[in-house]
Amino acid sequence: MRLLRALLDKQEKIFSGKLERLHPLHEAGDTFFFTPGKVTKNPSHVRDALDLKRTMIVVVIALAGCIFMACYNTGYQGNLAIAAGATALESWRTSLMATMGFAFDPSDFLACFVHGALYYLPVLIVTLAVGGLWEAVFAVVRRHEINEGFLVTWMLFPLILPPTVPLWQVALGISFGVVVGKEVFGGTGYNILNPALVARAFVFFAYPAELSGDKVWIAAQTSTDGVSGATWLASAALEGRAAIDTGLTWWDAFLGLIPGSMGETSTLACLAGAVLLVVTGIGSWRIIVSVAVGTIAAASLLNAVGSTTNPFFELPFWWHFVLGGWAFGAVFMATEPVTAPGTNTGRVVYGFLIGVLVVLIRVVNPAYPEGMMLGILFMNVFAPVIDHFSITSNVKRRTARYVNID
Amino acid sequence: MANPAREALLDPLFNNNPITLQVLGICSALAVTTKMDTAVVMSIAVIAVLTFSNFFVSLIRNQIPTNIRIIIQLTIIASLVIVTDQILKAYVFEISKQLSVFVGLIITNCIIMGRAEAFAMQNPPVLSIVDALGNGLGYSLILLMTAAIREVFGSGKFYGIPVLPIVSEGGWYTPNGLLVLSPGAFFIIGFFIWALRTWKPDQVEAD
Repeated sequence: MRLLRALLDKQEKIFSGKLERLHPLHEAGDTFFFTPGKVTKNPSHVRDALDLKRTMIVVVIALAGCIFMACYNTGYQGNLAIAAGATALESWRTSLMATMGFAFDPSDFLACFVHGALYYLPVLIVTLAVGGLWEAVFAVVRRHEINEGFLVTWMLFPLILPPTVPLWQVALGISFGVVVGKEVFGGTGYNILNPALVARAFVFFAYPAELSGDKVWIAAQTSTDGVSGATWLASAALEGRAAIDTGLTWWDAFLGLIPGSMGETSTLACLAGAVLLVVTGIGSWRIIVSVAVGTIAAASLLNAVGSTTNPFFELPFWWHFVLGGWAFGAVFMATEPVTAPGTNTGRVVYGFLIGVLVVLIRVVNPAYPEGMMLGILFMNVFAPVIDHFSITSNVKRRTARYVNID
Repeated sequence: MANPAREALLDPLFNNNPITLQVLGICSALAVTTKMDTAVVMSIAVIAVLTFSNFFVSLIRNQIPTNIRIIIQLTIIASLVIVTDQILKAYVFEISKQLSVFVGLIITNCIIMGRAEAFAMQNPPVLSIVDALGNGLGYSLILLMTAAIREVFGSGKFYGIPVLPIVSEGGWYTPNGLLVLSPGAFFIIGFFIWALRTWKPDQVEAD
């Protein structure tokens, strides 16, 4: 450790002299290993032991369960499909699996985990490399420090992609997410939209064939007449509750043993993450709970209304909770402190409307079976308005209280 | 100070571009820029209407009573738009069909109204024509650049000629679907504005 400190101190001289423009890169490396030695000099600062760096790292820890499922379940779904008769994808991953001596056996834990990791890790590495490059470019040009916010964006983005997404699309997506979702607004803390969701939305609209439909969610060759690759939400959109009740148990969906984006399937893992985020005070429980309440309200309303043409109407809320990206979005995306409202009343309204929108986009909109991404992005845009009204109404209430004094 | 005619012609290209600085005429810039041919026809139509409207408004500017000037300007612009629409229907019917309602909507294009009100009402006819040409070219420049990017990367073609062989026809290029949608044009124009303001920082609004 002392050796490392000495090395970094030695470099410090170079980076404050000749290579001053590249100082952010050095600073990022330094504070990755050591707590920053700088202290606040001016008075009147609220200090908290939980600085930005710790906040971000807690989020990454909270994602651990989802990352585990991204590896295990991606491989499990792929192996399950292959065992049921689908052919393995023609890619280097398949040959690497054969070289390492793994069979595509869904009951073999290690084979599942390795197979999934072969899909998850390349996406993660591309995200880190390309996103990091943009982050560094902006830090150097704008002369600010590289911020830990990127870690969270980079952990989130691969988890909300389907396993078969082409890596160049990952690179394009994260570039768009970092540059347009965050840096044009001034970097970490100034973004109005969640950068990871902006990145996904870009790929979603630019390359719909690779980000939606029935072929992308399982790492194997799926087809309509062989092993179906549709997500359960898509089946529910077509055939309603009957398809889900016969094909799937609620517990499997809760544990996350269903096809979907890599890290989003497990409601259990998201719930564990939610507990950590709420206990450490990073995620707002008001948002998570009100998203759930909004979903229950909207889904129950649609259940009561019913529809003869759209079987999706009859899907009850407990299925909405465990299918698709609902849990992941509610816990890790909606609670993002920068893009969510800052007032408690605002948070409740914001979460509730996300919950309602998700159900509406899923059920009423025929184009997309999933609505979490669009619902959250839409409400991100409204967060400042919600804050504005909850602040002004509070101001009005308090003025009214003292109206008799003057 | 430079020659006023020269300034009226060249200023709107970068220094005072109607789209990127004044943010006018965005509606048509989003709607007609998925392909080069529609963008070219639209550019020509707008330049023509703008030039004639500036010229006619400027000719009678001293006779127009101030309190009904907008109505008179609109009458002139509307007549010109109808003529343009008829000409397009007669000679380039296919493209006119694709442009559909947006030819008629030139009448509401803020650039035309804006130049009539801001420039032609105060300046002599010839200078007004030069100003119209400058603004028309500034509009066309952004329109054509946006259309070029959208057509090449959104459908792999340029002016209808394939340049990037797309996957569905056996090539290697996967077209970017976002660029074909209207938000794609929004992003591209946004990037233009960003680049232009980095190049000319005096265009950045004060906070």
